[in-house]
Amino acid sequence: MADLVTPWPWALVIAQGFLCAALAPWLVGWVRLIKARLQNRRGPSVWQAYRDLYKLFAKEARVAHTASPLFRLAPYLVFAATWLAAAIVPLVVVNLPTAAIADMIVLVGLLALARVFLALAGMDVGTAFGGQGASREMLIAALAEPALLVAIFTLAMTAHSTNLASVIDYQLAADIIVRPSFLFALGGLLLLAIAETGRIPVDNPSTHLELTMVHEAMILEYSGRHLALMEWAAQIKLLLYGALIANLFVPWGIATDLSVTGLTLGLVAIVVKLALLGAALAIAETVLAKMRLFRVPDYLNLALLLALLGLLIHVILEVGT
Amino acid sequence: MLAQVPILQQWLLLLAAFVLFSSFVLLAQARLVSAIHAFAWQGGLVAAVTLVVALAEQSSHLYFSALLTLVLKALLIPWMLHRLTRRLRIERETESLRRPALAIMAAVALVIFSYWLVLPMVEQDLTFTRNLVAISLAVVLIGLLMMVLRQQAVAQVLGFMSIENGLFLAAVSATGGMPLIVELGVAFDVLVAMVLFGIFFFQIRDSIDSLDVDRLNRLTETPEEGP
Repeated sequence: MADLVTPWPWALVIAQGFLCAALAPWLVGWVRLIKARLQNRRGPSVWQAYRDLYKLFAKEARVAHTASPLFRLAPYLVFAATWLAAAIVPLVVVNLPTAAIADMIVLVGLLALARVFLALAGMDVGTAFGGQGASREMLIAALAEPALLVAIFTLAMTAHSTNLASVIDYQLAADIIVRPSFLFALGGLLLLAIAETGRIPVDNPSTHLELTMVHEAMILEYSGRHLALMEWAAQIKLLLYGALIANLFVPWGIATDLSVTGLTLGLVAIVVKLALLGAALAIAETVLAKMRLFRVPDYLNLALLLALLGLLIHVILEVGT
Repeated sequence: MLAQVPILQQWLLLLAAFVLFSSFVLLAQARLVSAIHAFAWQGGLVAAVTLVVALAEQSSHLYFSALLTLVLKALLIPWMLHRLTRRLRIERETESLRRPALAIMAAVALVIFSYWLVLPMVEQDLTFTRNLVAISLAVVLIGLLMMVLRQQAVAQVLGFMSIENGLFLAAVSATGGMPLIVELGVAFDVLVAMVLFGIFFFQIRDSIDSLDVDRLNRLTETPEEGP
């Protein structure tokens, strides 16, 4: 524990946080590129997401005259909460000093904080679309959050800890075994990640059709740097779920010590894992059609059922043996 | 812990978990044809469980009963049900539960209940497959729930057949399979039941012009208030 107070691990914490923010647009650009290729288009380059963000940051931010200070404050709060949540998820290396606060319940709480301010900002200006988007987001969130917690508890009960670093350590220490409860939790978490990050079939990130949009409806009134922060926060959230799923269920490759080779290997491993997950997401988005909003509760019920079954199967089949 | 369990038993646990999941799919599936497919998958999974138990315990007659289960429950009965739905022209029929979320939660409660029932048995430490008894009991109870909740006759028959799957799973996991003669008898019974159900379907449809068995509760021929 002595070397935890030295500045080197803390520098890594900060570097990992910035890496999160830097990788997030790449992941979104990668998903867009694969999707375009699957639709027989050439598609924009992977770096287009960075150019979009740069363009938005350079533009002037216009604010509606009915907006309250909360409207101006919300992008910073949403971005900060999402970024902090992403920074405590072990990305390249496990067991950093931040592992002490990398609790799964804290993570869900931070995401909930970001979501509350996002919804408030959506309602703040008083346009119809903002309120509609906020109400839909809350409908999805109210159903997704319990399922997310149950899926996480399945992991926590196996590893006897709600700490992300401990769960990953436990996974790394155990032999490769078939664990039915993890499979069910993974299924539930994948469904939830799609719902929470607003991808098809729950929400379409590339549409401004008023009948269907959820996330886009809430940030419709934003422009300039505010919009850039909101979009960046959404991209970081996608990265967060990708890193969470990749590192919790397939942690092999993540660095466990602070050596240079270990860190390089960890970086390569997470990039490869995220690229694979992104490609899978792009294929799923191409194959599936967006569902009606009123079908979303059924979808989230399925996610809850998978998570619950994971929990029950863990208790029934895995504890006694 | 799970890590010390041999690989065959790990597969057994995984397959049992999927059998339980297929029961849930069967309960909530609205489309009739998809429900029949789910039933076929459940039969296949039960056959796979039997095969794994046969491999683990090296008992030769279980190989035969695995094969019997596969042929009968994963292929023959689903095929017969398919043909029936085609002949009754109800392949495209959908029948959703009135409150699907509540039905699913009731099924989850049944799983917990069956675990609680089996708990004393688990503590006695019988065989390595003892945990599967809770799963098979849950499959039986969910099949019963399906027969209670569904109104469509074909869906009720699927519930009945999945009860049989659960009982078979219990027999395989608790006692290492029934004697071969009993198993053959049960298989034959199930087959005959399937044929009889087919005849019943036609009778029900001829008399009430639908397969919604809730209409059988009415005695008089009052005019319809709606479908």
